[in-house]
Amino acid sequence: MSLLATYCGDRSFTVLRSAEPGLVMVRARAGGSGALFNTGEMTVTRCSVRLEDGAIGHGYAQGRDRARAEVAARLDAVMQELDAKRVEPVVEALEYEIGMKAQTRQSKSVPTKVDFLTLVRGENA
Amino acid sequence: MTTSPETLLPGFADPVDQSQAAFRSILDAMARPGTLQAIVGPTEHPVGISAAAASVLLTLVDYTTPIWLDPSIEGEEAVGAYLRFHTGAALVDDPARAAFALLGVGSRAEFADFSIGTPEYPDRSTTLILDVDNFDTGDAVTLRGPGIETTASLTVSGIPAKFWDAIKENAVLFPLGLDAILTAGDTVVSVPRSTRLEG
Repeated sequence: MSLLATYCGDRSFTVLRSAEPGLVMVRARAGGSGALFNTGEMTVTRCSVRLEDGAIGHGYAQGRDRARAEVAARLDAVMQELDAKRVEPVVEALEYEIGMKAQTRQSKSVPTKVDFLTLVRGENA
Repeated sequence: MTTSPETLLPGFADPVDQSQAAFRSILDAMARPGTLQAIVGPTEHPVGISAAAASVLLTLVDYTTPIWLDPSIEGEEAVGAYLRFHTGAALVDDPARAAFALLGVGSRAEFADFSIGTPEYPDRSTTLILDVDNFDTGDAVTLRGPGIETTASLTVSGIPAKFWDAIKENAVLFPLGLDAILTAGDTVVSVPRSTRLEG
């Protein structure tokens, strides 16, 4: 949200396709070489916006959060006209945020890990 | 992802409610051939077509229904981009493969090129969406058939002369044939295949 304020705070957008939730089929392949199969459906919200100068941004977000899909679409539109240097902080900030979330999650789960190799019943000793 | 950016316009502001309202208008038009029905329009529509035509297409067309666009439509490419974006429909060059055909004012399309369905599947015909100038001036025609109590008079301006020949042809082809939806401004009028032309 703060990225949106920084990069497109004063830009005006036309909503081409307002945020709408839908389903996408997630397909997978076992072991990377097996036959394709349908794992299941995932809820995805999509949105498309157009900047006043014509750049079109599309946003697809997992889940049903309409605001999130629209923010993604707006950033996508703005990023199309920014030069690569200005785009980098956007990507880096998002990367950092995702990395931090993963790290927090991992640091919480590591202490609860059970090492099954240490559980020897000792019947043959 | 910036294909024809200047031309891509928003469709229905409220897709669910507006497409349902538009569907009701089309349904009423189809049930009473020759009567004028008001139809809700999209937020913006390409310059080459009427709001009513855009509304009919946004409501009826999806990825399973190929569309044929009349080359005489002004800004045909923009119309194509609009329909592809909002409906996901494929645009076809062969009119016989189209489920819907969009014809511009004064189209020179050959009506014999469209699909009239097959005896097994008469529903697999092409539905024509024909933009006309208006329903106030021009020549009047008298229609008769299911959904019309006695006769209905329809005044329409800017319709290809060949169109009424195609409608006469429908009488011979029934149950096969072409269904037509005429559009101008925010009005739709239907001439389904069951409707006969008097005189």
